[in-house]
Amino acid sequence: MKKHRLIPILLLKNGWLVQSKEFSRHQNLGNPTTAVQRISEWGSDELIYLDISKNEEYDIRRNDQNYPNRQSFLEIIEDVSKVTFMPITVGGKIEKLEDIEKRLKLGADKISINTKSLNDIGFIEKSSREFGSQCIVVSVDVKISDNNYFVYDHRHSCLTKLNVLNFSKEVENMGAGEILLNSVDRDGLGSGYDIKLLNLIANHVKIPVIACGGVGEWHHFQEALENTKVDAVAAANIFHFRDQSVYLAKKYLYETNMQVRKPDLLSIN
Amino acid sequence: MVKVCILDYGSGNVRSVYNLVSFLGYDVIVSNERIEIESATHIILPGVGSFGAAMGKITTQIPLKVLKFEVFNNKKLFLGICVGMQVLMEKGYEHGEHDGLGWIPGTVEKLQVENLPLPHIGWNDIIIKQDSDLFTDLGDIKDFYFVHSYAIKTDDSYILTETNYGSNFYSSIKKDNIYAVQFHPEKSQKAGQKLIQNFLAIS
Repeated sequence: MKKHRLIPILLLKNGWLVQSKEFSRHQNLGNPTTAVQRISEWGSDELIYLDISKNEEYDIRRNDQNYPNRQSFLEIIEDVSKVTFMPITVGGKIEKLEDIEKRLKLGADKISINTKSLNDIGFIEKSSREFGSQCIVVSVDVKISDNNYFVYDHRHSCLTKLNVLNFSKEVENMGAGEILLNSVDRDGLGSGYDIKLLNLIANHVKIPVIACGGVGEWHHFQEALENTKVDAVAAANIFHFRDQSVYLAKKYLYETNMQVRKPDLLSIN
Repeated sequence: MVKVCILDYGSGNVRSVYNLVSFLGYDVIVSNERIEIESATHIILPGVGSFGAAMGKITTQIPLKVLKFEVFNNKKLFLGICVGMQVLMEKGYEHGEHDGLGWIPGTVEKLQVENLPLPHIGWNDIIIKQDSDLFTDLGDIKDFYFVHSYAIKTDDSYILTETNYGSNFYSSIKKDNIYAVQFHPEKSQKAGQKLIQNFLAIS
C-alpha cells in the first residue's frame, strides 16, 4: 500500500538554518548539515530544502555557535546527499535550466520552483520536458485577501492577482509533478493547516499535493490526512525543537492508523 | 572481488547511486569507458525522467556493443533502476512511441491508477512473486521509494515483485543475469541499502 509522506522542510537563509514566522521573521537555528543528518536518522520519508536568502551573501562571520559556516547552498546539497539516502527536493533561486541541472548533479532529486513560475509559467513546461515531471515541484505560497485565496510573491513580499486554483491547474497542465501548497497566513502560527485551502486544490488537481503551513501539534498532520486528499504533509518549525521529532510524529500517525511508514530510527554511521 | 561500474548518460540519480555504493564500501566507478565496463563484475544503469530522452542519451553516450557483449556473453551481473529498467523493454509509450534496448521482451505503458494522483510518488510495498537473492533478509521492511508514471509490461516468468497503486504493476524483474527495479534503492534508506548489498553479493 502506498504511504503518505511526512516531510520536514528546512529553510536556509545566507547559509544558516532558520525558523520562519509569517514569512517575515527568521530566527537562526544553526548548522544546516548537522540538522539534515539528525532528521535523516529519525527516519524521515523525504526532505525539502529551501534557500530563502534574498542575496548571494553567505554569512561567514557569525561564529557564535562555535563553528564557522563557510558553505554555499550548493556545497550543502553535496554534503547532504552523501549522508542521507532519501529523496531530497531543493528550491530557491531557480532561474535557468542549468540551475536545475547543477542541483541534480550534486545529488538533489527534485527541484522546487516558486518565484520563477509567477513571471514565466512556460519555464515549468520547459523544465519538466527536460528533466521529467517527477523532478519538478511547484511551490505555491497562498495568502487570503477579501475571503479569496491568492498566490503570494514572497521574493517581492506582495500579493499577486493570481487565483490559486486556476494557477494550480495551470502548473499541472504545464507538466509539474507535485504542488507544495503553503499557507502564508498560517506560517509559524502552529494552529493547524488551512484545511479548506488543501481541499480546494487537492480535489481539483491530479498531481500529488504536499500540505504546508501551520502545524503546531502532531494531530494537525492527522487532520490533513483524514480530511483532505493531500498526498503528503510537510512542516518546518515543529521539527527543529524536539529530539527525534520526525520519529515521534511518524509514531503518532502510525499509532492512529494513518497510512504512513513504520517509524524507525536509523543509524547513519 | 566486486567491482562496480555505474553507467553515466547524464541521468539525475547517478550521483545518488554512486554515493550509496561507495558508502557501502565497494570499489565503484561512474564511467562509460570500455575498459571499466569490461573490468567490472557488476554494472548498474540508473535512470530518471522520460523514456525517449533517456534512450536518446543512452544510444549516443554508452558503448552498447561492448555493454551487450559483457552482459550477454560474459554474463556480467546487471541492474537497471527506474528508467534504467524501462529501457530494457522493446518499446516505450511516454510522449509517443520509442524503441528501447529490447533486452527483455515487453513494453512500457502509463500506470492505470483510476483516481489516484500521478506521478506515483512515495513509499510503497513490494509483493514478492518469485524468490530472489535480491530480497534476502529484508525482514519486515518491504517499502521502497517510487517516483514514476509509467511501468513495464512483460512476460510473467520474469516477475520478481509487484506493487499496488490503483492496480498492480511489476516493480522488479529478473532475466538470467539481468535484474531491474522500478523503485529507487538509492533513496530507500535501509531497504535500499540491503537490496544493493544483496545485488552485489550475487556472483
